Amino acid sequence: MAQQLGRLKESASQTAGPYVHIGLTPNFCDISGIYPEDLGQPLVNDKTKGERVAVVMRIFDGTGTPLKDVLVETWQADAEGLYNSPSETRGAADPNFQGWGRFPSNMETGEIRFETVKPGRVPFPDGRMMAPHISLWIVARGINLGLSTRMYFGDEAKANDADPVLTRLEHQNRIATLIAPRDGDTYTFDIHLQGDRETVFFDI
Amino acid sequence: MRNDRPETGGFFQRDRLWHPPALTPGYKTSVVRSPQRAPIAFPHTLSEVTGPTFGRQILGELDNDLTLNYARPGESAMGPRIIVYGRVLDERGVGMSNVLVEFWQANAGGRYRHKKDGYLAPLDPNFGGCGRTITDEDGNYAFRTIMPGAYPWPNGINDWRPAHIHFSVFGHGFVQRLITQMYFEGDPMIWQCPIVATIPDRRAVEGLIAALDMQATVPMDARAYKFDIVLRGRRSTLFENRLEGN
Repeated sequence: MAQQLGRLKESASQTAGPYVHIGLTPNFCDISGIYPEDLGQPLVNDKTKGERVAVVMRIFDGTGTPLKDVLVETWQADAEGLYNSPSETRGAADPNFQGWGRFPSNMETGEIRFETVKPGRVPFPDGRMMAPHISLWIVARGINLGLSTRMYFGDEAKANDADPVLTRLEHQNRIATLIAPRDGDTYTFDIHLQGDRETVFFDI
Repeated sequence: MRNDRPETGGFFQRDRLWHPPALTPGYKTSVVRSPQRAPIAFPHTLSEVTGPTFGRQILGELDNDLTLNYARPGESAMGPRIIVYGRVLDERGVGMSNVLVEFWQANAGGRYRHKKDGYLAPLDPNFGGCGRTITDEDGNYAFRTIMPGAYPWPNGINDWRPAHIHFSVFGHGFVQRLITQMYFEGDPMIWQCPIVATIPDRRAVEGLIAALDMQATVPMDARAYKFDIVLRGRRSTLFENRLEGN
């Protein structure tokens, strides 16, 4: 018999529950005086380089109802396509852009609205460039394991058509679920957790 | 002194049979919030293997003491005083340094400080319910709090959550991001809970149960529970322009 590999198992996920705000955005749910501000917002300041854009997002359940207790975290490259992370080996990212955001939905409307910069392009492992995108991680009551997806930009049709992740999807008619249309400076991204318009989620 | 380079390899695949599946009808809210189509896999890129880091300058002096961080001067939260400590490791057993750990919980009576919680157990004026810390060089973390109470929730007609503390953990890559819940050794409610029961493998549940550690207590002050958190392991080989391997 061979030796055991001896690896540990990842801690099992559990839902973030309906009161996720207490831990992750306490000021947002009226617990003030513990942290000076909630982490992860705003994404940009006056010195951040790049084109400012707004994103409006809603997340719908299988009945078409927007989730009002959802929390989304965003992770993206800076305007030059560099990540502000120790694992980024290609160069130093914009020091005025952390690249990570955390946004609870409005408790009445379910809407999430934030400002960011449009990210630059980042390579796929084989060297081809991916289209600009924002990685998303979605947690809420009723979601047992955080859901991963990406938001691509509707005015980047040429880059999207050649994107190494989008082009490998077997069901090409589902690509549209990952692309946010642009109107002025605002991208609107509707995420459907379930049903005919179900958003593509990733096992990454 | 350490001169380790930051790791840049891809991560081990997540074992989705170990985690709860999306659809777990015993936990009713999951029914309309679970994707029906299979999630799509692709090789990790920089978008997945990179992730945010947080410096210790974000931490306030009382961020890891829930008995005091919302209390009026000279007072403290009501309830059994405990210390929760442990390590954040990856699946290789490597301690994860400098990762942000956040936690939140109900008070000793099972009441959350949240406007959507209408449970009749009262709020504790000296208890907010959130805390955070950053692991040290070896992956250790610790915080002080009070033991949360069990509380009822509208799922079945008589469902109660076991006492638990929610944990949110960052690794070094965005795909290590994890939210889970910690339970307490010996609590009979664990094995009745529809949220715990979303986890298919009993060993995975046991991995979420903190052990009472009398050696780590502070006598005449607080008992201690040990809770290790394991995040996804990472391949060691450099990533760019090379095939992944180990």
